[in-house]
Amino acid sequence: MENIVIIGNGIAGVTAARHIRKLSDKRIIIISAETDYFFSRTALMYVYMGHMKFEHIQPYENWFWEKNGIELVRGYVTQVDTPNKQVLVDGSRAFHYDKLIIATGSKPNKFGWPGQDLHGVQGLYSKQDLDLLEINAPNKEACKRAVIVGGGLIGIELAEMLRSRDIPVTFLVRETSFWNGVLPEGESQLINEHIREHHIDLQLATNLVEIIPDENGKVKAVTTDKGDTIACDMVGLTAGVTPNIDFLKASGIELGRGVKVNRYLETNVADVYAIGDCAEQHEAIGNRRPIEAVWYTGRMMGETVAQTICGNRIEYRPGHWFNSAKFLDIEYQTYGWVFGERGKKEFEQHFHWRDDKENLCVTIAFHKETKLFLGINTFGIRMRHEIFDRWLTEQRDVEYVMEHLADANFDPEFYADYEHKIVSKFNSDFGKSIKSKKKSIKRIFQIS
Amino acid sequence: MSTYDRSMALTGQPPVMLSRNQKIATLVGMFGLAVILLAAFNINFPNKSLWLTISLVSIIGGAVWYSWDAYMHKAPGIKNDGVWFKSLSNQGFWGWIAGIALTGFYIILYFYPEYLGLVAKGDNKGVIGLFDPLSKALSGNPASQWFVYGTLYTVAILAFGIKFLWKYRHNRYERIRTFSVMFFQTAFAFIIPELMARLNGSSLLNGGSLPYYDLKNMWPLNYYNFEGYRIKGFLSSGDIGFAMLIFGIATIFIISPILTYKFGKRWYCSWVCGCGGLAETAGDPFRHLSDKTVKAWNIERWVIHSVVVFVTLMTTAVIYSYLGNDTSKYWLTKSSFLIGVAVLLTTVFAWVMLFKREQFKKDAIYGAIGYFVIIIALIGFHFYSGDGNVFLFKSGTLRKSYSFLIGSIFSGVIGTGFYPVLGNRVWCRFGCPMAAILGFQQRLFSKFRITTNGGQCISCGNCSTYCEMGIDVRAYAQKGENIVRSSCVGCGICSAVCPRGVLKLENGPLKGRIDSNQVLLGNDVDLMKLVNQK
Ligand SMILES: Cc1cc2nc3c(=O)[nH]c(=O)nc-3n(C[C@H](O)[C@H](O)[C@H](O)COP(=O)(O)OP(=O)(O)OC[C@H]3O[C@@H](n4cnc5c(N)ncnc54)[C@H](O)[C@@H]3O)c2cc1C
Ligand code: SF4
Ligand code: SF4
Repeated sequence: MENIVIIGNGIAGVTAARHIRKLSDKRIIIISAETDYFFSRTALMYVYMGHMKFEHIQPYENWFWEKNGIELVRGYVTQVDTPNKQVLVDGSRAFHYDKLIIATGSKPNKFGWPGQDLHGVQGLYSKQDLDLLEINAPNKEACKRAVIVGGGLIGIELAEMLRSRDIPVTFLVRETSFWNGVLPEGESQLINEHIREHHIDLQLATNLVEIIPDENGKVKAVTTDKGDTIACDMVGLTAGVTPNIDFLKASGIELGRGVKVNRYLETNVADVYAIGDCAEQHEAIGNRRPIEAVWYTGRMMGETVAQTICGNRIEYRPGHWFNSAKFLDIEYQTYGWVFGERGKKEFEQHFHWRDDKENLCVTIAFHKETKLFLGINTFGIRMRHEIFDRWLTEQRDVEYVMEHLADANFDPEFYADYEHKIVSKFNSDFGKSIKSKKKSIKRIFQIS
Repeated sequence: MSTYDRSMALTGQPPVMLSRNQKIATLVGMFGLAVILLAAFNINFPNKSLWLTISLVSIIGGAVWYSWDAYMHKAPGIKNDGVWFKSLSNQGFWGWIAGIALTGFYIILYFYPEYLGLVAKGDNKGVIGLFDPLSKALSGNPASQWFVYGTLYTVAILAFGIKFLWKYRHNRYERIRTFSVMFFQTAFAFIIPELMARLNGSSLLNGGSLPYYDLKNMWPLNYYNFEGYRIKGFLSSGDIGFAMLIFGIATIFIISPILTYKFGKRWYCSWVCGCGGLAETAGDPFRHLSDKTVKAWNIERWVIHSVVVFVTLMTTAVIYSYLGNDTSKYWLTKSSFLIGVAVLLTTVFAWVMLFKREQFKKDAIYGAIGYFVIIIALIGFHFYSGDGNVFLFKSGTLRKSYSFLIGSIFSGVIGTGFYPVLGNRVWCRFGCPMAAILGFQQRLFSKFRITTNGGQCISCGNCSTYCEMGIDVRAYAQKGENIVRSSCVGCGICSAVCPRGVLKLENGPLKGRIDSNQVLLGNDVDLMKLVNQK
């Protein structure tokens, strides 16, 4: 019987294991250092906020693994010995593999800021980071102010977490507007305002210069390139992540920023695969980045590599791009591609609508000439994945999308609908006279 | 190795303290309760109407003030911060104290109403005496322990209903649904039956008197609806009485199947029902305490279906025992009634086995067991029963034990008393035969489902944690499957708390409602076909 060894029990590794189990009775061993059982990294924030206990963010009950014949080993892989097909755990125990899947995820970036290793300075990635946060910022008495450095998705989550315990937060963001490397102008602006609504001291276009210690080697203050000194008890470093692959340096496996893989998720060494956050495509797929550090792609790579390992060698061919997040109270979803100023293609035209009262907005990207629908961002309005996936596959144009927007709405029943407002703005922006059609169950569920 | 989160206990505590306003509001509410408690110790309040008003106003006012302070200064959105840190809502010390107090109240209410001041002949004393003026104003009769309970129950639904409305003020589904339960409780469960009592003896009812009837409360939740004394009451009360009897039968056999087909069982369980109403309002702070394990689910299925079998047999036995053998008393005779029940059950069973087998799968065995127990019992009734006897028992005994075990202990003492320990829908999940029957329809014959939004789930677990029915919603959502579960009461909270907009309660076509396939979107289309092959 073949030994499948998986390093990392995150979404990528666990999805691969589950699907290999469905397809075969190979021996499956998952080795991971962080926790005994798989948990949802995306939900770490809710544990600190008291919405859930840690056990609730574990998607499977503890008996699941043994019942499905998936062996779990807690330990850190220090070395991968590819010639002998062995991995070494904690420098001592060796495991033989026939196939090896590397799914070791990421680690937080540190850019060599002075003081970045002081007490009270931390990232937010692992269970250990969560525990550390309970020590660094248990309440507003122990932590009179926190400074967060880096304006991405994890930064805003950390800000929300700290605010749930009434801790004053200063949020240093390098960009001129929140996450505007990804979000178009109007949306980024909406989020700037919303962050301030939550009494977070958002400082745009501001960089960290130095973290200053007190006499015990604990953080006391930070200085910024605006010349300010901000007293604080905790500093959160959330300036992105990089693949967690240092232990592979001597293994002979080709590394770039991540573990280099081809479209089959194979590395340069036979029988060694890499998936999830730590994998780096030789060439980016479509508009995607070579390293895709999101939950969904980890899951999709896991599904794919399981097929290959079980004898059906298959390319990683992700479908239409989608993603979602939540900025404090505002939910965000995206389908297809909508770029911010920086990445915008020259043929890409945007239509933007923002509600005059509530925190809602929509941006639709389409092709200037052909009017082909390229993608949509929505804030505060839920959309139906299946419908946008279908429209992207069918290559609908933007007018069709406008006309049928009601079909795509996924808000709970009885919510107000905004289609007519959106469509009338579109009509006035582009001199059209599109009438939005009523929602049709028949179209949505494709029944004739 | 343990994954227990020790850091919580070791380091400083997160803020869970009440604000000053919240403290005063709590005191005001407690004062209202104290008035009632003092009355229970036979303190005689001079002006009962005044003190009752003061008490009820303080209770509602305290709750409303508290909620205002808790929610209205914050932006609309999900308000679950600190839920697992507060000892009242995390099965901690205060949770247990509240549980014990509530349980004690129920025990006294059901079994020792004399301690509440119930006097059989003459003026009531104590708490019940305090409520006499209100009762007389409504129905013209003195209060009973049930009137006191009904009033407090309604007050709880209204006060905590307002709290819920503010907590979910960004969510119109939740708001409309809460207005609905507040309305049905106040009008249908509380005021209308009391007013109806005024009609008793009037010429409108041909001089007859109607049994107390909360029209929205249908059999088998209202397990006593078809008992002899009630049937007599209905039949003695002219056309109105007869219409109500017909309505009682129609609710369970015609109206509820149609509504459940169109909307799922939520139309009843979280829009109309009084038990559901209390659970959704006063019980809301405890919804996350329901057990999500597969083990709990297995227990649930055995217990709740046993209750269905029990109530069916009990009701059949009770009706059987007052029917005659000839058509002189009622047109229905003992044997034609039994045959009728058997035919009905057989039809349902056969229909399910013929047309819905696929969806029934493992559960078929439970269904079959239940069915055969009932049929054999019916045969038993027929051959071994004498007058007033069913089998070896008196039908009265069967009825009494049901009323004691299920009607009082399960639905009241455990179902509501244990809110802070077992969660707010223990009764609805494990005990309610009505929920089981509606759930059966919902699972097999309804347009309702919770649609999973393609591949957007991040397995965070908010939905499962806040599902009061203990459904592991995430287990379906993370595979891209729709959620079609008989126990889902359609409260909509899973959808509300989901941070990624993954869940939508909706009514749609039957075809493709239950996909046992994994239909995750986002990955290679051909690959998904492979994954879905079984
Ligand atoms: C706070 C936060 C919020 C997020 N929110 C979202 C979101 O909303 N949506 C989204 O799409 N994505 C989100 N992400 C990103 C997402 O969580 C990751 O993309 C995903 O978890 C990566 O999964 P993975 O399986 O590749 O790796 P990981 O989940 O990182 O798992 C890798 C595991 O391998 C272990 N490991 C590493 N090296 C070794 C070794 N040498 N030996 C043994 N074990 C090792 C690690 O300890 C880790 O447990 C978020 C991330 C964070 C930190
Ligand atoms: S599944 Fe959702 S709607 Fe159904 S009972 Fe649970 S939380 Fe409520
Ligand atoms: S709350 Fe939403 S994202 Fe989280 S597990 Fe449930 S369905 Fe998935």
